Amino acid sequence: MDPECARLLPALCAVLADPRQLVADDTCLEKLLDWFKTVMETECSLHLLQDHPCLMELLSHVLKPQDISPRVLSFVLRLVGIFAAQEDCFQYLQQGELLLGLFGETGALSWAAWNMPSVRSGWIQGLCSLAQHPSALHFLADSGAVDTIFALQGDPSLFVASAASQLLVHILALAMQGGASGSSISEAAAWPVCAQKIVNHVEESLHSKATPQVTQALNVLTTTFGRCHSPWTGALWGRLSPPVACLFERDPIPAVHSLMDLLLSVARSPVLNFAACGLWEMLAQTLSRLSPTQAGPLALGTLKLQHCPQELRTQAFGVLLQPLACILKATTQAPGPPGLLEGTAGSSLTVDALLSSKSAFVGLLCQTLAHLEELQMLPQCPCPWPQVPLLEATVTILRLCDGSANPSSSVGGRLCGTLGGCVRVQRAALDFLGTLSQGTSPLELVLEVFSVLLKTLESPESSPTVLKKTFQATLRWLQNSHKIPNCSDLSPDALLFLGELFPILQKRLCSPCWEVRDSALEFLTHLIRHWGGQADFKEALHSSEVPTLACQLLQDPESYVRASAVGAAGQLSSRGLQATPTSPENPQAQQGLLMDFMHILSTDSEGFPRRAVLRVFTEWLRDGHADVIRDTEWFVATVLQAVSRDLDWEVRMQGLELAQVFLIQAMGRSSLHCPYTVGLPEATSPSPHPEFLQTLCRLPLFEFAFCALLDCDRPVAQKACDLLLFLRDKTTSCSGPQEAGDSPNSASVEAVLQRWREGEQGQPLGDLEPEAMLAILRSLDLEGLQGKLAKSSDHMEKSPQSLLQDMLATVGILEENEADCY
Amino acid sequence: MLQEEGTYQTELIDLSTVDVILISNYHCMMALPYITEHTGFTGTVYATEPTMQIGRLLMEELVNFIERVPKAQSASLWKNKDVQRLLPSPLKDAVEVSTWRRCYTMQEVNSALSKIQLVGYSQKIELFGAVQVTPLSSGYALGSSNWIIQSHYEKVSYVSGSSLLTTHPQPMDQASLKNSDVLVLTGLTQIPTANPDGMVGEFCSNLALTVRNGGNVLVPCYPSGVIYDLLECLYQYIDSAGLSNIPFYFISPVANSSLEFSQIFAEWLCHNKQSKVYLPEPPFPHAELIQTNKLKHYPSIHGDFSNDFRQPCVVFTGHPSLRFGDVVHFMELWGKSSLNTVIFTEPDFSYLEALAPYQPLAMKCTYCPIDTRLNFIQVSKLLKEVQPLHVVCPEQYTQPPPAQSHRMDLMIDCQPPAMSYRRAEVLALPFKRRYEKIEIMPELADSLVPMEIKPGISLATVSAVLHTKDNKHVLQPPPRPAQPPSSKKRKRVSEDVPDCKVLKPLLSGSIPVEQFVQTLEKHGFSDIKVEDTAKGHIVLLQEAETLIQIEEDSTHIICDNDETLRVRLRDLVLRFLQKF
Repeated sequence: MDPECARLLPALCAVLADPRQLVADDTCLEKLLDWFKTVMETECSLHLLQDHPCLMELLSHVLKPQDISPRVLSFVLRLVGIFAAQEDCFQYLQQGELLLGLFGETGALSWAAWNMPSVRSGWIQGLCSLAQHPSALHFLADSGAVDTIFALQGDPSLFVASAASQLLVHILALAMQGGASGSSISEAAAWPVCAQKIVNHVEESLHSKATPQVTQALNVLTTTFGRCHSPWTGALWGRLSPPVACLFERDPIPAVHSLMDLLLSVARSPVLNFAACGLWEMLAQTLSRLSPTQAGPLALGTLKLQHCPQELRTQAFGVLLQPLACILKATTQAPGPPGLLEGTAGSSLTVDALLSSKSAFVGLLCQTLAHLEELQMLPQCPCPWPQVPLLEATVTILRLCDGSANPSSSVGGRLCGTLGGCVRVQRAALDFLGTLSQGTSPLELVLEVFSVLLKTLESPESSPTVLKKTFQATLRWLQNSHKIPNCSDLSPDALLFLGELFPILQKRLCSPCWEVRDSALEFLTHLIRHWGGQADFKEALHSSEVPTLACQLLQDPESYVRASAVGAAGQLSSRGLQATPTSPENPQAQQGLLMDFMHILSTDSEGFPRRAVLRVFTEWLRDGHADVIRDTEWFVATVLQAVSRDLDWEVRMQGLELAQVFLIQAMGRSSLHCPYTVGLPEATSPSPHPEFLQTLCRLPLFEFAFCALLDCDRPVAQKACDLLLFLRDKTTSCSGPQEAGDSPNSASVEAVLQRWREGEQGQPLGDLEPEAMLAILRSLDLEGLQGKLAKSSDHMEKSPQSLLQDMLATVGILEENEADCY
Repeated sequence: MLQEEGTYQTELIDLSTVDVILISNYHCMMALPYITEHTGFTGTVYATEPTMQIGRLLMEELVNFIERVPKAQSASLWKNKDVQRLLPSPLKDAVEVSTWRRCYTMQEVNSALSKIQLVGYSQKIELFGAVQVTPLSSGYALGSSNWIIQSHYEKVSYVSGSSLLTTHPQPMDQASLKNSDVLVLTGLTQIPTANPDGMVGEFCSNLALTVRNGGNVLVPCYPSGVIYDLLECLYQYIDSAGLSNIPFYFISPVANSSLEFSQIFAEWLCHNKQSKVYLPEPPFPHAELIQTNKLKHYPSIHGDFSNDFRQPCVVFTGHPSLRFGDVVHFMELWGKSSLNTVIFTEPDFSYLEALAPYQPLAMKCTYCPIDTRLNFIQVSKLLKEVQPLHVVCPEQYTQPPPAQSHRMDLMIDCQPPAMSYRRAEVLALPFKRRYEKIEIMPELADSLVPMEIKPGISLATVSAVLHTKDNKHVLQPPPRPAQPPSSKKRKRVSEDVPDCKVLKPLLSGSIPVEQFVQTLEKHGFSDIKVEDTAKGHIVLLQEAETLIQIEEDSTHIICDNDETLRVRLRDLVLRFLQKF
């Protein structure tokens, strides 16, 4: 412990022990505990207690009956636990009767404050901390704490109840770790007393008729199998699996969710021999016993298991597919779709049960779709994957949602009523539809997907979120619709689809709802990014009004839409698809967009469009956009000038990014053009041409970077620091061994920098020679700065001294107020 | 032929015998002059003020449109069924063409409207003492009403053309519909699958798309109603869509009145708009559109409009059927260019039929029907909330639409199932009138002396004259017998009023058998036997050969011609009963 903290500690302990002093803030106590924990990682807690008697005073102070606030009581219980985690300190405290006084039956349990959940929670956490060694185990057994923990499992506070269960698992693991030797683990009678007591309690609870008790027991077991992977857990399961199996005999099955969690937790355990312990049978039974609404998560969990028998996987997959199979069965006139879904459709009874509650059915369907989506991306994805029936089912669901399905059966009619206009299901189905684009599907089905996507995009009933998801799904289907490997061309069907899509997109770009305009623009940007180079695509796009409308949205009143419009217009321009047809003779229109963007950058009142402009500019610069390379220097200078005044830190960050791209490009170019480097071996790092440095000064890129170095937003300063470091590394070889002091005006630069540091950033650096700049660059401790910036901005305030001081200061203020009162 | 309209069915009911007409909203009163002017109708018509005023505007516009193109002769031969059969569709399928009438004149309109009695929401109107009717806000249009028709013990709600959406009118009053014995439900949305919000979005998108491409937009519409909401949407949308410079024209003979009326019916508007009046600001933003010259209105395309007209523009004009009115002119003018768009918003007309005579048409057509009336989901919510004992509705609402027979959600689903009716069907409502309320005159009430027979229940005997007039019943004190009565009068009095002097007191209470037996024994009766019967007890006085039959509501003493004994026993029985 550092001396300053040691000095402050007695005062703090006195404050904590004083019932008149209120510790206003719980988080201070939490931080204090964290600090003690870190201290005790390196120091002996016994010495700490002996060296600081104030601590011992505080701890024993609690034993006397007085009005200590519950939060301090809770704190002390937890602190004692941390100290007692080390065995020697534990014994020291036990000798002083402190432990029994706090954790025994005459301790915290008898206090009035025991009614407070925070105190009970502190008691549990204290025990959890101290239960690290055999002595602690004896203490727990002798003090009767275990019985109290059993009782606390049913605590009205969920936090306390959950912590109690966790503590039981912790104690069980600790007992087994020391107590059971390898040979005797299979014999429960040979288990340590404490472990036996816990296991007996769990077993009893499993036999209980009261569901809460069963749930508690199941939770303890779930945590045990999740955390402990020693051989004894096998014996534990061997003993407890019969009562668990008995739970399935009951009607209704109690605590279904906890039961499923337990089965999955056991199944994930690496030490159990499942074939021997009958787990697979139990899982199979459970899957067949549970209703479709209950069984979904278990089926998904089963499918995710690594070493699950194929038969069980098939069964679990069948359960998962059941709702979709029902839908297909209800809506298809044909005898039944081929594929895995066959036979999974339940009896009409199941269908009736499924449809009895609209909200439950909608919930189940969304859950199923999400599960399947998750499953398809996993390596455990069932094989063969029933792509065709799944796709058919998903398309049917979407048609049921938008009312365009025309089922003949009465169940189909009910489905129409249940799913019609249901946005939740629509969204889930669109997500899954997007995922299904990865599989191979027959052409007629792909066309059906396109048609349902078009219908959804066109429908006036589609909500903005549904439209967004439809755009995403559409993009994925377009990307995956080409069949020729290594060819990114759009298939003829996709092109036909685009022909129908663009008129709809036009309408969506004019939507009164800004979210729709925004997602339509984003979608357009993606389209152009992928296929903007293709002649067919260009033709389809040009024959629509989409480019014009997209550019018109640069004036949209909603800033998000303007930002997306900037992105889309930037893409259009990059691909030569801009709204106004430009010819080499008429570069005006094109130049117009650049000027429009510059205008947005310098005048738009919202940050998003300005950030978008910079992203586009950076991309243009990187890709060598025609308008940019026409006069790169002017371009960069104008952008930097606008950015340096920007109030949005992300814009300034983006400005630095653009500067960096410029630097890298310019250096590359200058190394090629520099006459002195011609013929040098390539390995030598290219030195920039002096003219290049002149350019940097003229832009003024140096000034911009120096200014950003002192930026009040840390990420900007970090980025500037990185940029200047990069520049310094690249320029070391360039200039001579000139010292900063030699430069004629470096003194004035230094002076300006000094003033900047003092907060007068408005002062310009003035016209400076490259040499002076380089000198400053070298004179700055950039590495040091980088290190400082890497620390979080509150690292000063986080120190323990500061914490102790703060706590004392708050109390000090209270004291003053008190004095005033008298 | 265009000038004739289908009106109403006359075989079913003799309209001259109708006492009262209740008007739900201005859209459903367009045939009023036919009823009030040509059928001998002498009753009263009840409607709210906005209903009447805007109804007048709609009729005025209709008359104006028709009268602009007068026809010297009207053809009637085609109405012959043999001829009609040969005509092209849809004329050959038209029903009841013989009842089709020429459009009414403005005079007839005025005369019809003069028969309207104006009422306000929640106002109670006594109809002949038999029932009370009350208009309630139905949330669909300015002044639109649902009606409660109730007696003291029965309540029927007539719900027609209602909306639960938040648009410009006052929200629908649902609470007052509770405890209805019967709820007659009609006037639901014409397009149950189209959500008005989506349609408004569609309307705006198509409008903006057309105008941005340099085309004109034509919106065939009524001069009142949805147009207010559309203008409000456009008010919020035009700036964001970059349409600030596009002129909006509203052309109707009643355009000016419609826009102004909407602003003065503050008490009939939704809460938001009402509160604007106190600021004071015009409740509808179209005032600002007019001020800033973005919205201009003209009585017709002639005159000022032709000077101001510039394109591209948006025109709102009637008639939505495209058969008459200024809209015809614009269809001719813009129909040939694919840049232009006609957007249908009124749900009452099939847009394909409306467009049929103009085909082939190059201009784009968009169908965005905006119908804010209740859809089936809303009906189901409403019925859950209001919980009427019975629902009565047109047959069409009890089954899915024929074109979408699988859509089980597009029908009324309630318990008990709704009673349905067909066109021209007479339906007996499922309740019987069992009670009437009778008033007691104060002086008669004063003379009553109630006796408490059970805690909280008091009874009193009343002798009075029941006076019934105009379905109201009043108990008046009986006239005192005249002194000295003339023979003639006396006879009449004795006919009307029962003789009050011989009134016996009424008895109440029950006879405890054991105590009664004890009392009998005390009074010297012996050899008493008690038998239990299904209805009570029989006390047998064997010695006296007498039987006392005690039942819940009667006691009989059966003895053999011994009046003294009977009176003795009677007095003993009466001891246990209360008299009043």
